[in-house]
Amino acid sequence: MKREFNAERKLYTMCMLVEDTPGVLSLVARLFSRKGYNIESIVSGATDRPGVTRISIEIITDELTMELLAAQCRKLLPVKTVRILDENTCIRREIALIKVRAEDHSTRDEIIQLVNIFRAKIIDVGRESLTVWVFGSESKNTALIQMLSEFGILEIAKTGTIAIERGRSTIYDNNKLQEEYDYGKNVL
Amino acid sequence: MKLRPSQVILECLLEQEVDTVFGYPGGTILNLYDELYRYQDKIHHILTAHEQGAAHAADGYARSTGKVGVCFATSGPGATNLTTGIATAHLDSSPVVFITCNVEEDQLGRDAFQEVDITGIGMPITKAAFLVRDPRKIADVMRQAFAVASNGRPGPVLIDFLKNVTNPNQEVDYEFIPWREHRRCASIQELNASHELKSPEPDRQDIQTLLDMIAQSERPLLICGGGVVRGRAHREFREFAQRLDAPVAITVMGGGGFPGANPLTTGMIGMHGSQASNTAVAECDLLIAVGCRFSNRVALDPSTFASQAKIVQIDIDRAEIDKNILTDHHIIGSARQVLAMLNEHLPQYHHEEWKAHILPLRAPSTAEDSPQLNPQQILDELQRQVPEDTVFATDVGQHQMWAIKYLHFAYPGQLLTSGGFGAMGFGLGAAIGAQLGNPQKRVIHVTGDGCFRMNCHELCTVEHYDLPIITVVFNNGTLGMVRQWQSLLYGKRYSSTTLDRGPDFVKLAEAYGLSGYRVRTRAEMAQALAQALQSGRGAVIDCMLDPDEMVRPMVAGGSAITDFLLKEGAN
Repeated sequence: MKREFNAERKLYTMCMLVEDTPGVLSLVARLFSRKGYNIESIVSGATDRPGVTRISIEIITDELTMELLAAQCRKLLPVKTVRILDENTCIRREIALIKVRAEDHSTRDEIIQLVNIFRAKIIDVGRESLTVWVFGSESKNTALIQMLSEFGILEIAKTGTIAIERGRSTIYDNNKLQEEYDYGKNVL
Repeated sequence: MKLRPSQVILECLLEQEVDTVFGYPGGTILNLYDELYRYQDKIHHILTAHEQGAAHAADGYARSTGKVGVCFATSGPGATNLTTGIATAHLDSSPVVFITCNVEEDQLGRDAFQEVDITGIGMPITKAAFLVRDPRKIADVMRQAFAVASNGRPGPVLIDFLKNVTNPNQEVDYEFIPWREHRRCASIQELNASHELKSPEPDRQDIQTLLDMIAQSERPLLICGGGVVRGRAHREFREFAQRLDAPVAITVMGGGGFPGANPLTTGMIGMHGSQASNTAVAECDLLIAVGCRFSNRVALDPSTFASQAKIVQIDIDRAEIDKNILTDHHIIGSARQVLAMLNEHLPQYHHEEWKAHILPLRAPSTAEDSPQLNPQQILDELQRQVPEDTVFATDVGQHQMWAIKYLHFAYPGQLLTSGGFGAMGFGLGAAIGAQLGNPQKRVIHVTGDGCFRMNCHELCTVEHYDLPIITVVFNNGTLGMVRQWQSLLYGKRYSSTTLDRGPDFVKLAEAYGLSGYRVRTRAEMAQALAQALQSGRGAVIDCMLDPDEMVRPMVAGGSAITDFLLKEGAN
C-alpha cells in the first residue's frame, strides 16, 4: 500500500541539532531555498551541549515534502539530529519587540492597558513612542500586534519561533514521535 | 612524526592507496605541487588540458575502477572550472575527492587575485565541502573526506585548503594509518557517531514483505538502476532476475548492472525506452526498482507511471524513497546486501506467459544495410571488433542514446556516461580516467560532433600519456538531440543547432599527433576501426551521418510512458 500523506499545507516546525561550524546555517537553509520554499522563520541558538547548535525552522508545506526535506537534512554532515515537531505535542514561542507611536497621554494609557491584558511589558518609553516586549505563541503575538497597529507601529523586531516537546521526551531521544523511515542513525 | 602540511595531504592519499591523481596546477596550489614533485614515483599526476577534463577523468577513473577518484585544482577559475565535473559526479553518485587550494587566511574574503568561495559554490553539488584553515586538521579532513565519498551512497567531496595551511615552513604531527584501520581515528569515530559509516542494515521484515509481494505477482518487472552499478551488485542482481524470471528494464545509469545480451533484458526504459520496457512498465503488476530514483527521464509522468503495479523501491539512500514516485514498499540498504538477502529465500519462479507477451516486443538487434553509414552500423562494427570487456565512455545526446541502446554492457563500469547531469564534454575526460585506471582494457570514446568540440583539447592528454583511446565521432553536423526536439516539437525551426563549422576532426587529430580517419560507409568504418585498433595508439574516427537520423523510440517529457511520439524502428 502506498503511504498516505496529509496533502494539506500547514505550518510545520523542524528542529535540528547541528555542529557549530561556519556555514552550517546556509548549508541547511539552502536545502529549503532549493525546493523553492520560503522559510517562515529560522532561529539558531546554543544548546546545553558545547559545540552543538539548535536550529528551528518553520515552514508552510505538506507532510510528504516535510519528510523529504528532513531526510535530505539528515544527510548533511554537520547535522546530528532532525526532528519534525508535531503541533499537538510541542510548545512554540517567540518574542517580539514592537515600537508604537504614542504621542499623547490617552494613547499611552490605552497601550498600557492592552499590554497588561496580553501580559506583555513596556520596556522603553520616549516622548513620542513606547516599545513593547511580548513573549508568547505566534497567534498571541500577532493578535497584540494587530491591536497595536491602530496606534501606528513604527518598527517590529521578532525572534522567530523556537519549539520544544512537551513532557519528558527530548530531541536527544532516539524514539520518534511520528513514524518516519528512520532505522536509527543518519546515513551518508 | 613531523611532516610538512602538503606531505600530510599526499601521505593521506597513500593511506587510501591512491596512485593516480588528475589535475592542473596554479598559484595557490603550488605548495602541494611542489611536494608532489618529490612524490612522483608514488603518485602519478595526470596533467590535463583543462580542469574540467581533469574532473571528468577523476570521475571516469572512479566509475570504471570502483575506487575513489582524486582531482587537484587551484583557486578561483581552477576551482570553478571543476564545477561541471563535480555536479556530474554528484548526480551520478560517483566517489571523487576534489582538492582545491584557496588564498591565504589574511586575504580571505577580500576579493584577492583568483579568490572564489568554492566551498560555498560546492555546497549543493557535493556530499560535503570542507574548508581547511588549520594545518593540524589536514589528516582528519582527508580521512573524513574519503570516508564520506565512498560510504553509503557514493558522491563527490570537496576540500579547500587555504594557501597558508600548506605553507612548507611549518610541520605538523602525523601518523600513517592505512584506511582499513581508520576506525581508530578520533575524527572517523566522531563522524560515525552522527552518520553511520556503513550501509544501512536491511530490515528483515521489509525483505519478507517483498517476498510475499513477489509470490502474489503474475507480471513482475525489474528495473536495474545506477545503484546496481555503483554497488557492484551485478551478480546478486542477475541471480535475482533469473530466479524471479522477470523482464529487466535498464536505466541509462544501470547500463552494465545487468547484461545487455541477457534473454530477460528489455533494454532501456523511459524517454528513449524500448517498446518492450515501456509497455512492461505500463502493464506490470509489480515493479521492483533497484537503485533507481525514478527521474523525469524514467518516470516521465509520475501520475500514470506503472499505474497497475505495486511499486517497490530498493535504495541505499532513504532520502530517495517516495521522492519522485510514491512507492508501495521500500527496502533501505545497499543493492548487493538487499538482493543477497532476497536471493536466500527466493524460490525459482516461472512467468512464461508474461515474458511471452513482453519479450517479443524487442526490436531486431542488428543494423540494416544502407549505402550511407547509419548509427547502428557504427555500433555494430564496434561490438564486432573490440574486445568484449571494452569500456565505453559517451558524451551526451543522440550518440549516447544510440550507444546505450545498441551496445551490450556486461559488467559495472563498462559504460561511463553522464546520465543525471547530462554534461556534454564528459566523454573524453572520462575515457582518459578509465584508460589510466584500466591500462589492460580497451577504452572507446563515443561522441557527437557537438560534444567533441566542447572538450576535444583533451586529445593532447591522450597523446602525451600515449593512451590508446579511440574517439568515434557521430558527426551529423548538427546538435542532433536538440535538433530532434526541434523537428518533432518546434516545427522544424532549427534555431542555433546547425554546426556547419570546423574544425576538420581528421586534421585536428593529426594536429594533436594522433591518427584521424573519415568514414562514410560501413566498410570504411570497419577498415578504419581495424586500423585504429591495430595501431595501439589514440585515434579519431570521424563518422559522417545523415543529420535527420533520429533516436527511436521517443516519448515526450511528461507523457504517459507508452505514448510514443516516435515508434521503434519505423521511419
